Amino acid sequence: MADTVIVVALLLVAAAATAAVLVRDPARQALVLSMLGLCLAVVFLVLQAPDVALSQLAVGSALTPLLLLLSVRKVRHGVRRAPRERAGARGETGKTGGTGRPGGTGDDPGGAP
Amino acid sequence: MSRAARLRLLAFGALGVAALLVWAYTGLPHFGQPHHPYGDRAVHAALARRTANVVSAVNFDQRAFDTMGEESILFGAVLGTVVLLRQTRDEREAPPRPALVRPAVRRYALRLLPVTLVAGLYIVAHGQLSPGGGFQGGVVVATGLHLLYIAVDYRALEKIRPRGPYELADAVGEGAYLVVGLAGFVAAGSFLANALPYGTFNSIASGGSVPLLNAAVGMEVASAVVVLLACFLDQAVEIARRPAGPGAGRRRPAPGDNGK
Repeated sequence: MADTVIVVALLLVAAAATAAVLVRDPARQALVLSMLGLCLAVVFLVLQAPDVALSQLAVGSALTPLLLLLSVRKVRHGVRRAPRERAGARGETGKTGGTGRPGGTGDDPGGAP
Repeated sequence: MSRAARLRLLAFGALGVAALLVWAYTGLPHFGQPHHPYGDRAVHAALARRTANVVSAVNFDQRAFDTMGEESILFGAVLGTVVLLRQTRDEREAPPRPALVRPAVRRYALRLLPVTLVAGLYIVAHGQLSPGGGFQGGVVVATGLHLLYIAVDYRALEKIRPRGPYELADAVGEGAYLVVGLAGFVAAGSFLANALPYGTFNSIASGGSVPLLNAAVGMEVASAVVVLLACFLDQAVEIARRPAGPGAGRRRPAPGDNGK
C-alpha cells in the first residue's frame, strides 16, 4: 500500500518534470515548475521527510516560480517596447504599456529568444 | 568537432554515468530496511538533549556549524543580488500605477494573508518540536507577505515593506547565529556548543540553544527572501531604462541589432 503511494508520487514527479522540459514558454514553465515542486513535496512527505517537504513546498513551488516570473516580465518589458519599427508584430498591450518614448533604446543584452 | 562526433561523445559520457550509477545503487542498503546506524545515533543524541524534532537537533545542534555555512551562503547570495540589481545611472524609477484587481482575487488573497503569516510564524516558533523550522517558516512568512501585492498592488506592498529594516534584520539574524556560537565557546569551550539548560522535553523552551539558533535563521531567511524579492520586484515593476536623450550617456543601438 505505502509502496503504491510512493510509486504514484514518483510517476507524478516524472510527468511534471518532463512537462517542465517540454513547455517552451518561460512564463508557463514557471507554473509547471510550481506543480513539479508540489509533486516533489508529496514524494518527500510519503517518504516520511516532512521537513524537506516543507522546504520544497516553500522554495520550489512558491519562491522559485515567482522569481522566474518576475525575471521574465523584466526581460519581455525591454523586448516588447524596443522594436517599434517592426509593425507591432506582437500586438501586446499589457500592464507594461509604453509611455510614448522614441523607439529603440535597447533592451537587456540577454533578452528573450 | 562534427555533430556526429559530439553525439558519440555525449553517448559515451551518458552511458558511463549510467553504468557508474547502477553499480553504486547495487551497493546501497535496501529501500525501507530497518537498519539505520546514523539515524539511530542522531535520534539518541537528539532525545538526550530533549529536542523533539530530530531534524532540528541535527541542523542546529549536531551539525550547527554546517547550518552556519548554509545561512552564510544565503546571506552572501542575497548581498550579491542587491549589488547586481541596484539602480544604475542609465535607469530611472517609474512610480508604479495603481493596478486593477479582480474582487475574487482580492478577497482570496486578503483572507489568506493573515493565515499564511501565522502559519509561517508557527513553523518558525515550533522548529524544535514539529517538522519545519527557521528556514521553512521564514520562506513562508516572506512569500506570504507578498500576497498583498496580489491582493492590492505594488504601492501597498512597498508601504508595509520598507527595504532598510529588512536588510538590517537580515544582517542581525546572520550575526545572532555567530553570537550564540561564540557564547557557546565562552560557556563550554567549543564554538556553537549547546551550553544552555535543555529544558522540558516537548515544550517550547527545550533543546538548549536550538530554539535560539532556529529563531536567528528564521529572522535571517525571512528578511533575506523579502529583500531578494524586493530587488526582483523593483526591477520588474519600477525600474526602467532612462529615455535616450542628451543626458543619457548611452549609445543608441542601430535599429537592426536589438530585435535579434
